[in-house]
Amino acid sequence: MFAYYLELGLRSLKRSPGLTILMVLAIGFGVAASMTSWSVFRAVSGDPIPWKSAQLFVPQIDMWGPSGRDPDGEPPNAMDYTDAVALMRDHRAKRQSAMYQIAPSVVPTGAGKHPLNVSGHAVYSEFFPMLDVPFKYGSAWSASDDTNRAQVVVINSKLNQKLFGGVDSVGKSVNLEGHEYRVVGVLDHWNPQPRYYDVVNGGGFVIDADDVFMPFQTAIQADIPNDGNTNCNAVPEESGFVGLQHSPCVWIAYMVELDDAAAVQAYRTYLDGYARQQQASGRFSWPPNNRLRDLPAWLESQHVVPSDTKVSLLVAFGLLLVCLVNTVGLLLAKFLRRSGEIGVRRALGAPRAAIYVQFLTEAGMVGVAGGVLGLLLTGAGVASVGWVLPKDIADLARLDVSLLALALLVAVVATVLAGLYPTWRASNVQPAWQLKSN
Amino acid sequence: MKLHPMIAALRRHKAGVVLIALQIALTLAIVCNAIFIIGSRIERVNRPTGLDESNLFLVTQQWVGAPSADTADGVEKLDVMQREDLAALRNLPGVEAVAPTNSLPLLNSSWTGSVSLKPDTRPGDKSGTRTAYYFTDEQALSTMGLKLVAGRAFNAGDVRHQGFRDNPPRPALIVTKALADKLFPKGNAVGSVIYSDGSGAPSTIIGVVERLQIPATGSWGNNFTWYSTLVPTRLDANFTRYAVRTKPGQLDAVMRAVTPMLYKVDPMRVLDDDSVKSFADIRAKAYRADVGMAILMGVICLILIAVTAAGIVGLTSFWVGQRHRQIGVRRALGARKLDILHYFQLENLLIAGVGAVLGVLLAIGLNLWLITRYEMSHLPVLYVLVGTVAVLVLGQAAVFVPARRASNVSPVSATRAA
Repeated sequence: MFAYYLELGLRSLKRSPGLTILMVLAIGFGVAASMTSWSVFRAVSGDPIPWKSAQLFVPQIDMWGPSGRDPDGEPPNAMDYTDAVALMRDHRAKRQSAMYQIAPSVVPTGAGKHPLNVSGHAVYSEFFPMLDVPFKYGSAWSASDDTNRAQVVVINSKLNQKLFGGVDSVGKSVNLEGHEYRVVGVLDHWNPQPRYYDVVNGGGFVIDADDVFMPFQTAIQADIPNDGNTNCNAVPEESGFVGLQHSPCVWIAYMVELDDAAAVQAYRTYLDGYARQQQASGRFSWPPNNRLRDLPAWLESQHVVPSDTKVSLLVAFGLLLVCLVNTVGLLLAKFLRRSGEIGVRRALGAPRAAIYVQFLTEAGMVGVAGGVLGLLLTGAGVASVGWVLPKDIADLARLDVSLLALALLVAVVATVLAGLYPTWRASNVQPAWQLKSN
Repeated sequence: MKLHPMIAALRRHKAGVVLIALQIALTLAIVCNAIFIIGSRIERVNRPTGLDESNLFLVTQQWVGAPSADTADGVEKLDVMQREDLAALRNLPGVEAVAPTNSLPLLNSSWTGSVSLKPDTRPGDKSGTRTAYYFTDEQALSTMGLKLVAGRAFNAGDVRHQGFRDNPPRPALIVTKALADKLFPKGNAVGSVIYSDGSGAPSTIIGVVERLQIPATGSWGNNFTWYSTLVPTRLDANFTRYAVRTKPGQLDAVMRAVTPMLYKVDPMRVLDDDSVKSFADIRAKAYRADVGMAILMGVICLILIAVTAAGIVGLTSFWVGQRHRQIGVRRALGARKLDILHYFQLENLLIAGVGAVLGVLLAIGLNLWLITRYEMSHLPVLYVLVGTVAVLVLGQAAVFVPARRASNVSPVSATRAA
């Protein structure tokens, strides 16, 4: 019976090719536009570390007081040196790391090679296990390397390729800003998007992964200055990078790992206690106003997903809606035009259900055709976002099986839904009236 | 023609009418907002920076193993290195002017602070005006192509140098006209004293330039986009930026010559693909997202309009087919072809009119919602009016073909079975 309905549907669609093509085009374009926007949105709003994001938290401390707060009472989104180091010293979370962005120059060995610039972060050793950073060779440095300010670095595979041709370079030395550092680990490919551990610098999406990581205090001692944002509510009293460290300017990102609700509560209490202690010592003249957000909430609060992406998604879904309204209208026209045929079938004993199946099959066929067109157009759309959107975002939008399956599914489901009302109308055709009028 | 029979006829196929009206309403709502987004992005991209943007490029370089900028001795050494670079660049054939600078408009690398009429303002004092600083030298105006509208340009005697993170007094400043007017509404900015970044040391405004945009293009810079301040100071750090103006037509040649020349001055530095950038590239990068958004909205509008027009054609065609016999009867009773044509046109106008009214409400609602969520501004009435007229015209254009076909129905068909 289903095969028969397929044949009937095909015949009916062939009878008015213009209308059929119109519906297929509408569904195809609607699906393609919404799926292309969806692929971009999915890429930028995804959880960069889904298996662990609920255990990662970003503390904020209100070291500027009421005059430095946002209109909504938010404390600064980064830390000053004093608080970052104090929190590291207290070491109250399971794992934690203060970090700041660096951009040292590397001098390759070998004559004729020009120095190159690399980007990276100065972090503590717990950064690597906390974020499940994958290593290709070697491992992270140790906690004692942190305290001893060891002259060590972890480099990524790209820099390893550039400097050492991709071999296991653990134990070899790298020249950063004129000083030699021993390589202790080489990362496997690792470039999470958004770069969630430091979204304040770079706004979240960065094209190039960090090339080098070095111990926080080693970088401070070597006078490797911060490369990212520095936010001050007053001009530092002392000059130089040391002056920055003594100032209330914020330039350090901070992340902690807390396993359960009790640990989160304990850490909150600790932060408030810390702020109260600063209040007692006279450094703060205001009550605690701290924040402790988990990673998804933190990314949301920092507006990591560009609002353009959200608006595009919204507009594209609006387009899909219009295409569906359009399809409802066209299917209605198509089905009711065949009132006579329906009347005959009903008069010959076809139950309403049979009419339903027949016409929904036809709608489904339009949906499949629209879906296939939508697939092709989605492919073209995702391929062309590269020359429309900024590179850092466009690179993330990918065509994969799940997107294609979703496109097809949306097309078929939407068209069948759009076909429901016209089908209902068709099934309500009065056989007697139709036969008489003919 | 009376509307009464037409409305009676429309009642007979409510569903189709509602669907077309709904489609027109949604189309109008989305297209109005999308065109508004396109319009505001185009306006943003087209605003002049105040620079003479042709024949201008920027060099960003970093020295390796350079002296520390945190010691007085290191600052002097870095300054010697910077002046060597400047001299070499200025001697390059085809170069018209060179100025050191910490940034350029649209570069999104800013040094911001505040200027105030009062000395020693405390942190958080709201009386200051936010500004972005350009630290540069006496060739700034000629290099950037800025237009001086009052006072004088910097001369060599004004120019100082300082470590990157130091904060010495800034005795002479040039500000933009927008900032001058904000600080001194009476127009007496030149020669007046202001205080920068809460300092107690006075800064005298020696000149005013017509226009100079700040480096930031993000929304956080929106309330001080034109408040720039030029400081006659070379910043000494392990990295420098040089703005270079070439003679007309020599941009490419000079850009190619810069890297080898700087390596010759000092090979211990980083110069990569991104180090030498024409201002056109800086502009393209800064506004890529805006241009992309405008294109995207444009494509979606086109699809939307095409789909809606096609939908009207489809449904009206169906109605024409359905009423074939009635049209024949009307023609047989003496209606002219034009009457039939007008009937369908008027019918469409009626439906589209209802849709448009609904659409205007939807458009405004959507806009208000976007304002609360995504930093949009209010939709100007003009956009709504133009949009309304556009969908009505669209409806008329779409209905024309099926209406023409209806008007061609022969009166004879009244006598035949449908």
